[in-house]
Amino acid sequence: MIRLRGIIKVYRAGDVLVPALQGIDLDIERGEFLAIVGPSGSGKSTLMHILGCLDRPTRGTYELEGYDVHRMSDVQLARVRSRRIGFVFQSFNLLPRLPAIMQVELPLTYRRSRNRRQLAMRALAQVGVLDRAHHRPTQLSGGQQQRVAIARALVTNPALILADEPTGALDTKSTADLMETFVRLNSERGITIVLVTHESEVAAYTRRVVQMRDGRIVSDAPPESIRVPTLAQPEHEEGVPA
Amino acid sequence: MIAFDLVQAALVALSINKLRTGLTVLGIVIGVGAVIALMAAGQGAEQGVTKEVRGLGSNLLVIEPTETQQGGPIRMTASTLTTQDADAIGDTQSFPYVGGVIGQFKLDLESQVVGNGRNTTATMTATQPDFEYVRSYKVAAGRFLSDDDMRRKTTNVVLGAKVAEDLFDTPEDAVGKDVRLSFGPFSLSLSVIGIMEERGASGSGTDDTQILVPLTTFLARVPFGRSATGASNVQQIIVKVTEGDKLEQTKEDIQQLLYERHDSKEDFTVKTQSDLLSTANKVSRTLTILLGAIAGISLVVGGIGIMNIMLVSVTERTREIGIRKAVGASRGDILMQFIIEAVIVTLAGGAIGVLAGVVAARIANGQDFGTGSPVTTVITPWSIFAAFGVSVVTGLFFGIYPAFRASRLDPIEALRAE
Repeated sequence: MIRLRGIIKVYRAGDVLVPALQGIDLDIERGEFLAIVGPSGSGKSTLMHILGCLDRPTRGTYELEGYDVHRMSDVQLARVRSRRIGFVFQSFNLLPRLPAIMQVELPLTYRRSRNRRQLAMRALAQVGVLDRAHHRPTQLSGGQQQRVAIARALVTNPALILADEPTGALDTKSTADLMETFVRLNSERGITIVLVTHESEVAAYTRRVVQMRDGRIVSDAPPESIRVPTLAQPEHEEGVPA
Repeated sequence: MIAFDLVQAALVALSINKLRTGLTVLGIVIGVGAVIALMAAGQGAEQGVTKEVRGLGSNLLVIEPTETQQGGPIRMTASTLTTQDADAIGDTQSFPYVGGVIGQFKLDLESQVVGNGRNTTATMTATQPDFEYVRSYKVAAGRFLSDDDMRRKTTNVVLGAKVAEDLFDTPEDAVGKDVRLSFGPFSLSLSVIGIMEERGASGSGTDDTQILVPLTTFLARVPFGRSATGASNVQQIIVKVTEGDKLEQTKEDIQQLLYERHDSKEDFTVKTQSDLLSTANKVSRTLTILLGAIAGISLVVGGIGIMNIMLVSVTERTREIGIRKAVGASRGDILMQFIIEAVIVTLAGGAIGVLAGVVAARIANGQDFGTGSPVTTVITPWSIFAAFGVSVVTGLFFGIYPAFRASRLDPIEALRAE
C-alpha cells in the first residue's frame, strides 16, 4: 500500500542545510500495525509528515495506494489527506470550544460528506466515547480527548491512520486503554496504523517496529526481536524483551 | 465546505473573543452610520434648495447682479440693478409675454417683530404690488400692497401666515393692528394691512415667516438702498412670463435690454428656474459628495480595523489552521473560512450601521443645533444600498489578505505553533 524509495528530505535552517532523511526505503502493506521509533532528531517526525502528505520529500518517490504522492500539488495533497489519511497527535489537537461531535464531523465537512452526524456518532461509539459527544475538550480527560481525536481520524474511513506520539500526554492507564483501541481497530477493521513513539511498551503493542537514527532506518523487525536502546527510561525497560 | 458549516465555523470563531469582535463591528457601524447620516444631510440640503426654487412659482426669470458691493451698517449686497430696470422690463410694448415684474430686497438676517404684546422673528422682503401675481401667492385676509402704497411710501405691511399666527389669534384680528419691526440699528413702525395665505410645504421655505413692505418705503427709510448715483437699487428682479414656451426668448430679450441699459456691461444674470436649480444642485451635490467622502474615510478606517483584527486572529489561530489542514481542509477551505468571518463582521456592522445612520438622520431632521436654520435630512434608498454594499466590499477587500495568509500556512509549521 505504501512504497517509499530513496526518500531524502533536506531542510533549510537559515543558511544551513539540515538533512532530516537520508534515503529511506520502506514498504507498508495494507492492515499492518507499525511503530516508528528512534531518538529525537532521528527523522521519525519528518518521515511521519511525508507519510501523512503534510510535506513532500526533497527527492525520492512515495507511492500511496498506487498514486505518486511525491508529484502532487498542495491541493491534491489536501485531497489525499482528506480521503485516505487520519491523524492522531500527541497533544490531541482538538479545536477549542467545539463539542466532540463537531470535532469528529470536521473531516467529513471538508469532504462534503452527507450523514455527517450519523457517521460521527458511529466513530465516537467505536472508540467508546459516545456518551461524551456533546462535551467540549476542556470537559474531557486526556484519554477521552485522545479518543475523540481517534474518532476524528477514523470517521472518514481512511486507509491509513498516522499517530504521532499518541500516548505522549497520557498516564499509564489511559495509554493502555488507548493502545487496546488501536489494536482492536487494526485487527477488527483492518485499518493500517503507523505510530511514532519512543515508549517501548507502546511499541510492544504493534506487530512491526521500524527503528530510525540520523535520518536512516537502522532496523525493521517485530517488537519481540528488537532491543530498543533509545527507550532510555529504566522503568520502561521491562516492557522490552531482551 | 458547505455554506452553512462555513458560517457556523465563522460564528464560533467570532464568538470566542466577543469584545474584540464587537469593537471591530463597531468600526464598521460608525463608518456605515456616518455615510448614511451625512448623505441624508447632503440630500436634505439638495432637496431644500430644490424646494425653494420650485416654491417661487412657475415660468419665472430671476435677474440678479453679478457685481455686488458691501455697504451700510448691515451686511447687505448693493446692486447694479435698479427699479428703473424693473420698470423697463414691465413695458408691455416691448415685452408682450411679460405678465408681471417685481424688484425686491430680501434681508438676509432675521428681524424682530413685536405686536399685540408678543414677539417673533421674520425675514423682511421689500417688494412691489405684482408680488401676488408673480409668486402666485395670495392674501388670506385684508389686501396686498398697492401702487398707492408705493407712491406714498406708506408704512403698511403684509404678514406671512406664521408671523400672523405667532402674534395674533386669527388673521382677521391682525389686520389694522400695528407692529414694530427692528433689524440691526433700524426700527420701523408698521401697520398691518393684510395676511398672506399659508404656503406650508409647497412654498419656498421662508414664505410663511416673511413680512412684506413696500419697496419704495424701504429704499426711502434705509439709506444703503440708494446707490451713489441716486438710482433706486434692487437686489433681485423677478419676471413672470405668461407663456412657458416664450421663456427662453423673453430671457434673451431681457438680457439684450439690460445690456444696453447698463452701458454694454454684463453686470447681471438672467436665469430661468432650471438654470437656478442646476446651479444650486451643483453646489449641494458637491456638498453631498464631500460629506459622503468624509464618512467614507471612516468606513475605510473601519475596514483597516477588520484587517488588523483578522491578521491577529490568523496568527493566534495558526494551530487551528494546522489542525484543519491536517484533517483535510484545502487552501480554498481556509481562505473561505476567514473571508466569511470578515464578511460576517461587515454584514453585522453594515446592518447595525444602516439602522444607526437612519436613526441619527431621523433625530437630526428638523434640529437647528443652535444655528437657527433647521437641518433637513432625506434618507434615500440608494444611500443605504451604497453604504451597505461598500461595507461588504470593504470586508471582502480587507479580509482577503489575512485569509490568504492563513491559507498559505504550512501545515507542519502551523501544527508546531503554540
